[in-house]
Amino acid sequence: MSHLDRLRAVFRMALNLPADAGVDGLEYRAIPQWDSLAHMALIAAMEDEFSVLIDTDEMIDMSSFAKAAGLLEKHGIGAAAV
Amino acid sequence: MTVFGLKAAEREAVLVERLAELTEHHRAACPPYRGILDAIGAAPPYEHVADLPWLPVRLFKTHELRSVPAERVFRVLTSSGTTGQRPSRVHLDREAAAAQTRMLAATLRVVLGERRLPMLVVDSRSVVRDPALSARGAGVLGMMNLGRDHTFVLDEQGRVDAEAVKCFLARHGSERFLIFGFTFMVWLYLRDLGADLAHGVLIHSGGWKRLAEQAVDNAEFRRRLAAECGLSRVHNFYGMVEQIGTIFLEGPGGDGLYCPDFADVVIRDPETWAEAPPGEPGLIEVVSTLPTSYPGHVLLTEDLGVVRGVDDGCWPGKRFEVLGRLPRAEARGCGDTFGRG
Repeated sequence: MSHLDRLRAVFRMALNLPADAGVDGLEYRAIPQWDSLAHMALIAAMEDEFSVLIDTDEMIDMSSFAKAAGLLEKHGIGAAAV
Repeated sequence: MTVFGLKAAEREAVLVERLAELTEHHRAACPPYRGILDAIGAAPPYEHVADLPWLPVRLFKTHELRSVPAERVFRVLTSSGTTGQRPSRVHLDREAAAAQTRMLAATLRVVLGERRLPMLVVDSRSVVRDPALSARGAGVLGMMNLGRDHTFVLDEQGRVDAEAVKCFLARHGSERFLIFGFTFMVWLYLRDLGADLAHGVLIHSGGWKRLAEQAVDNAEFRRRLAAECGLSRVHNFYGMVEQIGTIFLEGPGGDGLYCPDFADVVIRDPETWAEAPPGEPGLIEVVSTLPTSYPGHVLLTEDLGVVRGVDDGCWPGKRFEVLGRLPRAEARGCGDTFGRG
């Protein structure tokens, strides 16, 4: 599974979304499931899945799926193509 | 990077310019605010921070004060109004919401470091799960951004969960970790744990009213936590929802609350409204450059305080103490809502 597919799976799990939900266009707080509490669960799930440590500023800046993908890239995970 | 770098004179110069800009920004964008400024005849230039027009903090209870159109409002925060009172309502757009979280993190970095630390919350998980979040829940949630592996000291029924704390300390007790709670909750529950919290950094807030009833002041609070839990890194803070993201943080030695570079306090004589000199108590006015989506950049609180020193402590700028609520002001505050109404 590509890192982006893994990231999509992490999003669906942490935000309690159905297995076929599209997540690529998601933005923080644009859907009720992605609230501040879920955001922390999502960050923790990403840290576990990709063995990275995300700091506070990165956590605050991660306001969309696209930014989450960018953040992984910054941590050296996955190809440059997002 | 620290946000505790500006001495009083430099801070004054930076803030008076930025706050004057914000005053004009809000005057243009918020008609009720413009009405107030017109009524009191406030007009630039403002030479000192103390010359800027202030709003009584309680206006956020009675008026909808925002400087962004309704469709750009991203979050509305409410204060902990007790029974029969209207809560304050604070309107944030996306930028202001992100800025407040970021600056809260930047302020606490001076004592917590860059990393999200393992975090012990002296509260119950249920306070953050309520969709109509209480002010206490919002406070806990805001702080949780700075931690990881969040562990709650109280279970869902509000009883101490000694097992959860024991497991947390087994995982993290020998590295630096963060403890957060409202002052009264910390006093009530942390001391009885019988746990070694020597590596913990305690951040607490919410007011001293309930502790003052038990004749516990800040010095006693610090002394007992050190003696009974080994906690030597203890930082109280003062802040309010009407200036969300801005906190005044107690220095390591417990010698007062310090202002981050983007904020300051002005103590005013409640009779003359003139700025009171250090050592003389008065009403606390809080100023901050963070409120961009609502006119909360210069607020007169209902709290009494006193400046204890200027540029003479562990961090630059004013250091001050909160003495309590102005006697006739209505009761309000997160710590005071616990177990009542």
